[in-house]
Amino acid sequence: MKSLDAQRKSALKAWEALENSDRPVIYVGAASCGIAAGAAEVREAISSHLAAKRIRADVIQVGCIGPCYLEPLVDVQMPGKPRISYSNMSPDLVGRLLDSFLERNEIFKRHLVGHLGRNGFEGAPSFFDHPMLAHQVRIVLRNCGIIDPANSDHYLARDGYKGFERALSLGSEEVIEIVKNSGLRGRGGAGFPTWRKWRVCRETQSDRRFLICNADEGDPGAFMNRSLLEGDPHAVLEGMLIAAYAIGATEGFVYARAEYPLAIERLRTAIAQMREMGLLGNQILGSDLSFDIKVKEGAGAFVCGEETALIASIEGRRGMPRTRPPFPAVEGLWGKPTIINNVETLGTLPNILRNGAEWYSQYGTETSKGTKTFSLVGKLRRTGLIEVPLGTTLRTVIYDVGGGLVKGFKAVQTGGPSGGCLGEEFLDSPIDYEALAAAGSIMGSGGLIVLDSNTCIVDTAKYFLKFTQAESCGKCVPCRVGTRHLVDILERISQGKGEIADLDRLERLASTIRCGSLCGLGATAPNPVLTALKYFRAEFLAHIVERRCPAAVCRDLVVYRIRTEKCTGCQRCVQVCPSGAITGPRSEPHNLDMSKCIKCRSCYEICRFDAIAGDAIVIESGA
Amino acid sequence: MLDARTPPGHTRETVALPPPLLRADLAGFEGRPADLIPVLQRVQATCGYLPRDALRAVSRWLKISENEIFGVATFFAQFRFTPPGEHVFTVCCGTACHVKGGEQILDVLRRRLGIQPGETTADGKYQLERVACLGCCALAPVLVLDEKIHSQTSVLVIQELLGEREHREEP
Repeated sequence: MKSLDAQRKSALKAWEALENSDRPVIYVGAASCGIAAGAAEVREAISSHLAAKRIRADVIQVGCIGPCYLEPLVDVQMPGKPRISYSNMSPDLVGRLLDSFLERNEIFKRHLVGHLGRNGFEGAPSFFDHPMLAHQVRIVLRNCGIIDPANSDHYLARDGYKGFERALSLGSEEVIEIVKNSGLRGRGGAGFPTWRKWRVCRETQSDRRFLICNADEGDPGAFMNRSLLEGDPHAVLEGMLIAAYAIGATEGFVYARAEYPLAIERLRTAIAQMREMGLLGNQILGSDLSFDIKVKEGAGAFVCGEETALIASIEGRRGMPRTRPPFPAVEGLWGKPTIINNVETLGTLPNILRNGAEWYSQYGTETSKGTKTFSLVGKLRRTGLIEVPLGTTLRTVIYDVGGGLVKGFKAVQTGGPSGGCLGEEFLDSPIDYEALAAAGSIMGSGGLIVLDSNTCIVDTAKYFLKFTQAESCGKCVPCRVGTRHLVDILERISQGKGEIADLDRLERLASTIRCGSLCGLGATAPNPVLTALKYFRAEFLAHIVERRCPAAVCRDLVVYRIRTEKCTGCQRCVQVCPSGAITGPRSEPHNLDMSKCIKCRSCYEICRFDAIAGDAIVIESGA
Repeated sequence: MLDARTPPGHTRETVALPPPLLRADLAGFEGRPADLIPVLQRVQATCGYLPRDALRAVSRWLKISENEIFGVATFFAQFRFTPPGEHVFTVCCGTACHVKGGEQILDVLRRRLGIQPGETTADGKYQLERVACLGCCALAPVLVLDEKIHSQTSVLVIQELLGEREHREEP
């Protein structure tokens, strides 16, 4: 087996050959989000176009670079030129793009996002000056969208496994010290200092220790871990080697969601490559570390993101949490000391080891160091995966990175179903663990969902509670029964059948659930309701007192109406209405019979997308 | 004919799983109790669901009672106890999809197919599922039809999808 140095040398050669290739190279963003947007079809179109024109070029798949709203992204690299990135490609468009470059040797002007070269380039702005990327600091995501995640040479060539080598040269005590000085806190949600957990585990006497990478990303509306695993699996695995070395683990598991098949495939490929490179097995790189990694597929239970539930599920049992202490770092998987670190925590480690604690701690605030990835979604102009230094304000993230909203801003939901809805008054507060907790929300794993004036707060709170109610494992009564009652009360309010006393009931019940639940799921489940009540009480009152949904969302409190002055009588809505509620002859304003209307939204949508009138059908609040 | 231990919606007269298939299927496992969930996943990957006979065989092999296996299998959302439909609609009910109208999409499918999430139409043609989140939030709302992800869908796209299929399947 070649030494890692020799392997890196040949990897570097291969990478440089690719960057300075004498034939065109085309990169296609092929993470799940890209594929959902049609990257597979685009890739096929590229291959058949090249084949038809008998052009020799390399087509390489890369991960997600972040701005998902621009997917599918395609980069073209001509000999001697930097990579130039194009957005929103379609099979039709890609032919014209290629012709422009390959036949006329001209830069294609439409759909151009920017170039990815190191130096300036005439004819295209830098990709990283794009408004969505300009405010970002990419540490964990540095390789995502740049390298082929299935090619270990690419990772090696970009300083891959250098952090691990440095760790081996320092010794495990020193590694823990560096991580302590870097200020890294667990990125899974709770923000517990990573080094402290490690130290406890290391100091517990045992013949075996386990390391688990928690890739059970369950928050609806969050996909940071998926993107990282799909775009740069080796970074996470290198982080696992570093953590295993620090705590003295012999066996590692990646507990990944079964809903992420591509991430699991990429992990398996990368693990096989590590084995070939001599980075798994006995006495890795001649050190005293013997370590192996297995992938465990989750079977779909949100609560398994909780440490003790996750352990139970790996052991083959129902994924139900147990009381702590003993903490898993002392007594975990099969009773042995076990460390569970989040994907992003592990993905950050190689960077800290390579560049040092001081370098990492220059980013962030006093208590929250470094950067954090967020999935920025909802009613924004620019959606996608971002990485910003902790302490960045919500306003910067929403307006500068996310490009603001089309309609008016109402709230931002942080921390998924365990977090809270924060209103306008929090826009200037920094994103860090303490500030978010003080506002009644949490950092969570990094979901940021922006809600506009067309979103109903009662409906949103009901949505999150329905989720936690369904995902409650049922062990603690306050969580099992309490969340059910919260949902029922919210349901009543959203139907216009609520009463003022319901608000007190919600608050009382919420605090009982919070105090009486064993694990984080129950303890944080009431957060969405509590923050909604605290910051958006008026909207609850509108539902209860006026029996009105101001955002015109809650189904029982809205009506559909045809604006006769707008309706051209094109009959498109008549054709799609499943209940025959809309009638009327062609070219005359149609008639909507509310007694037959089932509020399915078909007519509303078709009127916006397909009809001549455009917006003749409106949804309004009113019973 | 149901007995007390029969999972809901599951009769005892299921198609017997040929033992050789079961054996071949489980190659690579050591038969430890900790293998239970991966074994169930493998069985479901082969059969499309967890047939009663297969569970019994797994119970004997791993030395875990059928009761306990049933307890584990029902805990996780992934496992099903009835044969899957020919075509599977999976609607994402993640937060981003919800605020962009995912609920309505589920509703239309529910009505058009006449089934609830988790069920299969009587002719076995369509199955409806909901998933907590697919992680394609930036492209919400998302729907999966037979493993193909449709992004930024709408009530209309679904109607078209269904209409097109029905049309195509006509002789």
